[in-house]
Amino acid sequence: AAVAALAALKDERAAEMLIQTLGYNNPGAAVAAVDGLIKLGSPVVPLLLAQLDSDNYGARAWALRALAGIGDPRGLTLLLKTATDDFALSVRRAATRGLGIIQWEALEPKAQQAAQAEVKTALLQVVRDPEWVVRYAGIVAVQGLAMAVDDHSTIAAIEDCLQERIAADEVLAVRARAQWAVQQ
Amino acid sequence: MSDIADAPPLTIDQAIANLQQTDDPGLRYYAAWWIGRFRVNHPDAIAALLAALEDEQDRSPDGGYPLRRNAARALGKLDSSLAVPALLKCLDSSDYYVREAAAQSLEMLGDPAAVPGLLNLLAGGVEAAIAVPDKPHLVQPYNAIIEALGTLGDWPLVPEIIPFLDHDQPQVRNAAARALYQLTGKPEYAERLVEVLYCPDLQLRRSALMDLGAVGYGPAAGAIARTLAENSMKLIALKGVLERQLCPDDFEGRLEDYAKRFDPLSLSAPAIETMALMDSLL
Repeated sequence: AAVAALAALKDERAAEMLIQTLGYNNPGAAVAAVDGLIKLGSPVVPLLLAQLDSDNYGARAWALRALAGIGDPRGLTLLLKTATDDFALSVRRAATRGLGIIQWEALEPKAQQAAQAEVKTALLQVVRDPEWVVRYAGIVAVQGLAMAVDDHSTIAAIEDCLQERIAADEVLAVRARAQWAVQQ
Repeated sequence: MSDIADAPPLTIDQAIANLQQTDDPGLRYYAAWWIGRFRVNHPDAIAALLAALEDEQDRSPDGGYPLRRNAARALGKLDSSLAVPALLKCLDSSDYYVREAAAQSLEMLGDPAAVPGLLNLLAGGVEAAIAVPDKPHLVQPYNAIIEALGTLGDWPLVPEIIPFLDHDQPQVRNAAARALYQLTGKPEYAERLVEVLYCPDLQLRRSALMDLGAVGYGPAAGAIARTLAENSMKLIALKGVLERQLCPDDFEGRLEDYAKRFDPLSLSAPAIETMALMDSLL
């Protein structure tokens, strides 16, 4: 409850304490701290990136969730690596979701294009993850990307990948989500 | 990254050989688990598991049969009708955990022929469903039995299960509510599980989540998304709800059969609401 109160302050001075909370191995408190950090948004990104150097896997995973929720492009490199590489499926899932809500307007147009191409490549791999929930998150994220870009070849590649999921995914929920993405 | 890639270095042939031999009980016990985990659907594997159900060698200090427990669990994951009569026999085992594993595996195998054997274990009704002195369990694995009856049975079982809604143990009450919802389709039973989502015990909230997902009770979607538990578990429960919303109520077949009938344009409003909830939990 103290963590929730701290998060409700939406105060940047609270950010350091929220970040400390991520390392306490208390999932309830960590969830509240992640929510608070996401509400604080971009100003906490440098602090989060510093936290991501820590050796505490649990703390890193929570910090990554906060980073994913904020969508600040400074987290992009890390989200890309985590979405495709992390061994924990819930962390891949969260990083993938983050790749779908990047605040592209924070980048210069040229950097934007290069970064979007990287995100596209990563997401087209993530939608084939062995875990259904990561594929589901991948579909949500490619939908987000398709809505953010105006490059026709990217949009066409995303269409193809969604159609493939609709036709071939072994999990009905994933197929349905791909269908909903196409409809939107 | 397949399941097999994560496995310890045991080949299918080696696992079967380890299960067939009797010199090293440790290897045999591990092989029984491995064959189930990696679903080795081979006639020799099934024959060796059936033989393991008769094992007398591997005994725990309290007289239990560890190898039989693993073999019974593994048989539920393999697709063999030969397993049903052998598992029914296990329901009479002196080992509680063999009976529990057998009931769970019979549920997974989906053969309604198991119903009378399972029902026998409810003899004496809820009055007989008491704890065994000095053991952490009741006289029978009531959760597993009731859940299996809910999956395999039909409406005449309803009066047998209703009294278990008032059992002292909340897990047994949950199992009864889940089974009665499956048998009758009446929301009042599923709503009992929804109430559990608001209880103070995390373990019970998790188990109610899994039950609501397993029966795919659509009206619970919002409560599932809001309950205090891990997003991973809520997502699994909502997947169950969504897949039921996508399937017609009377659909009993496998997903592969459903795929042939899947109309990709038929997303209903409730299915879309469930997906929106899932999106918010990723």
